Amino acid sequence: MTPEVGWIEGKHERDALVFNAGGAWSMRELARLVREVRAALPSRAALGGRTRARIDLNRLSFLDSSGAWLVADTKRRLEAMGVATEVVIGRPADRALYDRVEKSLARIGVLKSPARPHPLLAALGNVGKTVIDGGKKGGELLSFFGLSLVLIVRAMSMPWRIHFKAVFKHLETTGLNALPIVGLLNFLIGVVVAFIGAVQLKKFGAEIYTVDLVGVAVLRELGVLITAILIAGRSGSAFTAQIGTMKVNQEIDAMQTIGLNPIEVLVLPRILAMMIALPLLTFYADMMGIAGGAVMCMLALDISLTSFVRTLHEAVELKTFLVGFLKAPFCAYIIALVGCFEGLQVSGSAESVGTRTTMSVVEAVFLVIVFDAFVAITLSILEV
Amino acid sequence: MDAANVIEVRGLVNQFGPQRVHDNLDLDVRRGEVLGVVGGSGTGKSVLLRTIIGLNRRRSGRISVLGVDTEAAGRREAEALLRRWGVLFQDGALFSSLTVAENIAVPMNEHTDLPKDVVREICYLKIGLVGLPADAGAKYPSQLSGGMRKRAGLARALALDPEILFLDEPTAGLDPIGAADFDMLIRDLQQSLGLTVFLVTHDLDTLVSITDRIAVLIDKKCRVGTIHELLQDQHPWIREYFHGPRGRAAMKE
Repeated sequence: MTPEVGWIEGKHERDALVFNAGGAWSMRELARLVREVRAALPSRAALGGRTRARIDLNRLSFLDSSGAWLVADTKRRLEAMGVATEVVIGRPADRALYDRVEKSLARIGVLKSPARPHPLLAALGNVGKTVIDGGKKGGELLSFFGLSLVLIVRAMSMPWRIHFKAVFKHLETTGLNALPIVGLLNFLIGVVVAFIGAVQLKKFGAEIYTVDLVGVAVLRELGVLITAILIAGRSGSAFTAQIGTMKVNQEIDAMQTIGLNPIEVLVLPRILAMMIALPLLTFYADMMGIAGGAVMCMLALDISLTSFVRTLHEAVELKTFLVGFLKAPFCAYIIALVGCFEGLQVSGSAESVGTRTTMSVVEAVFLVIVFDAFVAITLSILEV
Repeated sequence: MDAANVIEVRGLVNQFGPQRVHDNLDLDVRRGEVLGVVGGSGTGKSVLLRTIIGLNRRRSGRISVLGVDTEAAGRREAEALLRRWGVLFQDGALFSSLTVAENIAVPMNEHTDLPKDVVREICYLKIGLVGLPADAGAKYPSQLSGGMRKRAGLARALALDPEILFLDEPTAGLDPIGAADFDMLIRDLQQSLGLTVFLVTHDLDTLVSITDRIAVLIDKKCRVGTIHELLQDQHPWIREYFHGPRGRAAMKE
């Protein structure tokens, strides 16, 4: 690589513009050369009536395609000002390269600068687009839901078609392997709820009701909700990533050509496993939440374990437990459905897998919480 | 280092666990030539390429590219060296979240301080030089066919006007017409841009039509010769490679 510096200078004659250039016209010199050329080019006013120009590159020591581009670009700019330009290059190899570059540029044509829409309009447009896309997505998800229901009913009537090995594998990864984290998190939530309740209720001398608070909050709402959100992040995203990567590798196509139904083979086992795992995890989460509350009550309020259990027994009934527990299968269905749906929506690239995985978690959590709120409002109207 | 050589490999040893892939390998690549690199599966063609460009750490040996010892070079020297070669990976290895034009702009934005409009113009120049249509610039890699992706990858490899071009199986997966066109494009660009080309390939037709010399990876070393010299070679693998049914078919011209 020659260390010589590239240069250009204007040495204009009376009836023609003359630019002498030399040195290395290369990518390395390009940034500086571009500035020098722009400075050396006269404006229309300074042309002085000249209609011819010559770019003399006889003192060129090195030329590569970027340098050749700059020469061609300079010529184009001069010609745009109505100045007929001649390019003189000594060495045949350089001349050949320059001609080739000029031909490529002529083929590409003049580049239009990309149209930039007004930012405010673009923002409004994006809002509209998001709403429409959301509606479309909702419709597709609903169809997928219907499809899964049909296949589940069919699987119930033909139980030999269920891929039990897959169901058990997902039971292990979704349910069994989640026990430590579900237990820990719900225990801590129990501790926190008991603590907050105790502090507030102490003001009224009613700290014994902390037990009621813990029992009702954990059993009716927190046990199932925290666990569902956790499982959505943990397993819902895993479903999307697994199925999405299979889509990228064309494994789904391969399945279909062999005559296997991908929904039956991939989606159904995941839904069934989740619908078994989540309720069991919820029960376990409820126990851990109450245990956390109990520990807090023992430590902070000096409520003995026996009196805790006795008060709890009076505060909650089967209905309290069932309200939370019965939400679990529905949440499970939502999480597994959304996870698999987004996985199947993945298009060709690695980036798509990442985007869809994020969307799957967000949508699953959103739908779970909406469902939970809906149930809570309905039950309060029915005074259950 | 001999000034006529752009790459010099001396005593290269590459080993993965117990498996020694290259054992005391020597290779010279001369300025301005198209060197084809062939060998059976597992002989380490891609490993050799990756070792020369620094993606793979060698066990021992010396490699010198454009006069710079690649292991002894400091960070700045190594970075300056990176700009002087371009690599085309199999299937292009384009960044999937960027358009073709943005892909080609990446090396320029990283290593130069050219203004945006100049970068854009040069991207489109490269797009034209590799034979892609102008509208390919705004497309994403997933929207291109295999042949177009390779050309886009080539345009990116040529972004900084390198002196050496490394190609890893460029014609793999291309139809015969596409492969022949790509061969011609490489030859064409090599001549007009004055490149030295290091071409790892399985493609006999490429070897016959555009290479000046061929390096065969045999017995963990390199044996180099022109196609005519290799046709006379008595080594059993080389005989089978060039005189087997496909070899004879490629030679018939």
